[in-house]
Amino acid sequence: MIKLSVNNRDVEVPEGTSILDAAGELGIKVPTLCHFKLDDFDIENKAGSCRVCVVEVEGRPTLAPSCCTPATDGMKVKTNSVRAINARRSMLDLLLSNHPKDCLTCQRNLDCELQRLAGEMGLHQILFEGEQMEHEVDRANQSIVRDPNKCIMCRRCETACNVMQTVGILSAVDRGFDAVVMPTSKRSLDDTKCTFCGQCVQACPTGALTAVNRSYDVWRGLNHPAKFKVVQTAPAVRVALGEAFGMAPGSVSTGKMVAALRKLGFDRVFDTDFAADLTIMEETTELIGRLTSGENLPILTSCCPGWVKFFEHQFPDLINIPSTAKSPQQMFGAIAKTYYAEKAGIAPDNMLVASVMPCLAKKYEAARDEFAPNGIRDVDIVISTRELANMIKEAGIQFMDLDESDFDNPLGESTGAGVIFGATGGVLEAALRTAADWLSDEPIEDVDFTAVRGLSGIREATVTVAGKDVRVAIASGLGNARNLLEKIQKGEAEYEAIEIMACPGGCINGGGQPSIKGDTSILEKRRQALYVIDGDKAIRKSHENPSIQKLYKEFLGQPGSERAHKLLHTHYTERENA
Amino acid sequence: MSTITPLKDRDALSTWAADLKTERASGAPVVIRVSMGTCGIAAKTTPVLEALQSEIRSQQKESQIEIVQTGCMGLCHSEPTIEVYDRQTQQSIFYGNVKPEQAPTLIREESSQAFGVDVLTQNWYRPEETDADVETAQARIVLRNTGRIDPESIADYVGTQGYAALANVVTTMQPDEVTQTMIDAGLRGRGGGGFPTGVKWQFAAKQPAGEKYVICNADEGDPGAFMDRAVLEGDPHAVLEAMAISGFAIGAAQGVVYIRAEYPLAIERLELAIQQARDCGLLGTNILGSGFDFDIELKYGAGAFVCGEETALIHSIEGLRGEPIFKPPFPAVEGLWEKPTIVNNVETLANICAIMRRGAKWFRQIGTEKCPGTKVFALAGKVKRVGLVEVPMGTTLRDIIFGVGQGIANDRAFKAVQTGGPSGGCLKTEDLDTPIDYESLRALGSMMGSGGMIVMDEDDCMVNIAKYFLEFTLDESCGRCTPCRIGNKRLHEMLVKVCSGRADMRTLEKLRQLSDTIKDTSLCGLGQTSPNPVLSTLRQFRREYLDHVMNHKCTAGVCSALVRYDINERCVGCTLCARNCPVSCITGAPKEHHEIDQERCIKCGVCQQACKFHAVDKH
Repeated sequence: MIKLSVNNRDVEVPEGTSILDAAGELGIKVPTLCHFKLDDFDIENKAGSCRVCVVEVEGRPTLAPSCCTPATDGMKVKTNSVRAINARRSMLDLLLSNHPKDCLTCQRNLDCELQRLAGEMGLHQILFEGEQMEHEVDRANQSIVRDPNKCIMCRRCETACNVMQTVGILSAVDRGFDAVVMPTSKRSLDDTKCTFCGQCVQACPTGALTAVNRSYDVWRGLNHPAKFKVVQTAPAVRVALGEAFGMAPGSVSTGKMVAALRKLGFDRVFDTDFAADLTIMEETTELIGRLTSGENLPILTSCCPGWVKFFEHQFPDLINIPSTAKSPQQMFGAIAKTYYAEKAGIAPDNMLVASVMPCLAKKYEAARDEFAPNGIRDVDIVISTRELANMIKEAGIQFMDLDESDFDNPLGESTGAGVIFGATGGVLEAALRTAADWLSDEPIEDVDFTAVRGLSGIREATVTVAGKDVRVAIASGLGNARNLLEKIQKGEAEYEAIEIMACPGGCINGGGQPSIKGDTSILEKRRQALYVIDGDKAIRKSHENPSIQKLYKEFLGQPGSERAHKLLHTHYTERENA
Repeated sequence: MSTITPLKDRDALSTWAADLKTERASGAPVVIRVSMGTCGIAAKTTPVLEALQSEIRSQQKESQIEIVQTGCMGLCHSEPTIEVYDRQTQQSIFYGNVKPEQAPTLIREESSQAFGVDVLTQNWYRPEETDADVETAQARIVLRNTGRIDPESIADYVGTQGYAALANVVTTMQPDEVTQTMIDAGLRGRGGGGFPTGVKWQFAAKQPAGEKYVICNADEGDPGAFMDRAVLEGDPHAVLEAMAISGFAIGAAQGVVYIRAEYPLAIERLELAIQQARDCGLLGTNILGSGFDFDIELKYGAGAFVCGEETALIHSIEGLRGEPIFKPPFPAVEGLWEKPTIVNNVETLANICAIMRRGAKWFRQIGTEKCPGTKVFALAGKVKRVGLVEVPMGTTLRDIIFGVGQGIANDRAFKAVQTGGPSGGCLKTEDLDTPIDYESLRALGSMMGSGGMIVMDEDDCMVNIAKYFLEFTLDESCGRCTPCRIGNKRLHEMLVKVCSGRADMRTLEKLRQLSDTIKDTSLCGLGQTSPNPVLSTLRQFRREYLDHVMNHKCTAGVCSALVRYDINERCVGCTLCARNCPVSCITGAPKEHHEIDQERCIKCGVCQQACKFHAVDKH
């Protein structure tokens, strides 16, 4: 243990603790900007680049960045000396001098760390005004807007992209005043192997990386006199949306969310959970087929568009292993515009299907070439949880005062298995519930495959399904996915089924969710909330969903049928690994 | 010795050295050394060399005169330079500005003074082996062989006690004894930091045994500094030998020379030297039968100044962006490929063999108590004798500039000297008698740096000089941390304002304030020192700043925005100025008084140069 004093108060911390954390032990908060830590994922951005967290250390000739200076025995630290305060203000002053002052119209207005710091430090004037960077804004893709003019070189996105996700497309380019974080060779994100997972957006403290905002398109669609407006909401949205309205993390706001969507003007409010159940029907059929034949194992899940794009670029040799089942979002669109349209007597091209997703890659996914049969998009517009929250606010809907409302039927009926898709391990657990039932003579009673639950990046388990051992693995976060896949490639591990989600923790931590601001305990609360919903459901196995059963009976025939294949399955494309 | 064979042990090396000595004693009595560094070659020394060689043949003096192509002699002001050395009398004559047509005279006169050729000096430095009492401020340890031996011949190096230190170290010493010798010698890093080399080695030596690295930092980047290039081009084996010794001391088997790709000749000579050393068994496995393995590879830098910073350099070798990171961990603990690594600069390494051969005590006799040894300076700017000089630590600036450098060129007055390159500061007349070492320069608001020394005279504007140096750091900053990336940009913008007469007193205050903050907050040495030229000129030459701000005047007449050209009554209307003006802003009929359109004038001064009647005034 190390003893030091911060602002004349003694504190004892383990060796290796940073000054920042040591001060934190005393309840002293040193302002930070580039520092970013995701405790549960062992991810820390310690670039030491913004110099906002500098403190005075007795005997040290220069100020010390508290985030990356280890505390040492006998150290005397002053966090609020005039020298430190002046330096900190100057750093902020310099950053602002090279930052567009369009806060009022910035997507991150009121949610920007730079803006917040300027407010907290009471910076009322910029002393060192001068030339500002001029970079083109990259709007060439469906998911992420990159405005390098707002980049403060904190490198948090780099850590998210390169260290956590190992996608590896972001890095600093150029030198000196021109230095800025960009994709290699200054390419547009669209020309890279970016998975659009959006973790960079979540990491960015300013408006340099933001989501493509489609709420205006939704408004236009909602105001279209002739269109029939349908919306689906992903499982993870309902356990995070409330946070945007001041509800405690882990609050479930399904009923209010549905009510709000109705108020916004949707004709039908449906549930992606229904499509999740449908996914299980198809994917489990595929799993059992492969288990029986013993061929093409392990099966990999394919619900996550970030993960799909990741393997298309980086693991082309595995391109035939993932399940061919479309993601729930896309299955929903396909069924809505065929089965439901037919039932409701609506022309498919007169139906608007919007999605509310915790994800930015879903925006990209909906726009993929293969998801527009006969030129009609399965899903027309995708907005994120954050965009929905803003739309609700914009519409003047008092979210907290709303009476709870239920999803419409039939595409709103779902099981507990569908809702846990929102957390890492959930897809696999849902599949195991159905597989166990289908392979056994009698339905299983205990549906809780707790061995596959949790937040840790890679989990492995052997589960018994109808008396047989099935080896499964779950990875969330693309860096963990890479580790797992490389283990398989090297022959160090063997599994029958693997679930992969691009975002650490799964969709509850998606790029479109309200920011957790580095507090990973929020994810645990969101995760638990999903399992509470699951536990409360009367039906917890996808294949027991009456609406699903009806869909097959009336329209699809059997899981894996020709029609099911046409509507619910897809293919993958090898993409450039550069 | 015509063919190279691997040396089995220490005795084999000694025998070879002894043979070379005998060979030399019976060789030609006169040696002509031709300075063939990059600079010499650029100054057309090759035709001089060829003329000398052909002249020896035609005068049939092959047995009397031996020609040696060497690295840079440091006499940059008079390239091509040659040294005619008489082995018997141990006397030298240095000739400068040598032309090929002077070869016959030079060869005819042998070691007597050749008529009509510029004699530069007879006592440029005191050679290590000589007993002669030579009067010179220069003491050469680092440059002991540079300009004296053929860098492409390992025999030449072995003949001057080359590899004797390594042989002794690997066969008779323990690694900790080597480190202790370095600590006792008190050698401090010559790259600029001044950190005790032995202590650095000790850190790395104390790390658990295993993969470790030795890196030679040859990423010389200060504007006007070329001491490392001179050593690498003139005495590459000295660096290789030192690297092997440091490898032995810390337990590393691999060395890397990180060298700028813009140094092709140094690279060529290093590659050749590495090959020769391997062929002789002085690099590779089981060196001289000692069981010690050590080899060296080259890595090329792409010319980023910041890659001279050790963590940035290591990143660059690893293929990452050349950016410094926060220390600790120090490279000695976690360096290249996360293994313990020592990074030593070329000049530092060039001291090591001499220290190991002659002992820590000897080394401590040279220089000052806190900074033993010598320092190489690249003397540049308005000094008469621009060149590469090596003087003991503690020598005064006056001795360097007015002694070795022979004062200010063109009879102008000395104004300032910038030490430490773009990270250093400007010192003025009052500071000339300060004995210089790391501490004294820092106390004066400058620094030692890698050894650039730029002399300025009364025609230099100090605000403009500060701006010039800042432009360099601005270009070379990696952009990682806020103060260096944006702060230096703002400093530069403020200096531009001062130079163009648009600044007010508040600007000066902001300049000082921001400079202090940048020094206090930057991540690496580059940012921590980049405002030095601003701060030191603000302090030492405040009047010049005030002149720019208050009187809108640049006394030196450098800042064009503050300069005004006018035509006085002496004008006879000859039209010469108008005809020479590149922007045609001078009007007037022939034989009538001319006028300059101030709005359009670009202050180039061509009119003043063209006028034969002193009719153009510069204010």
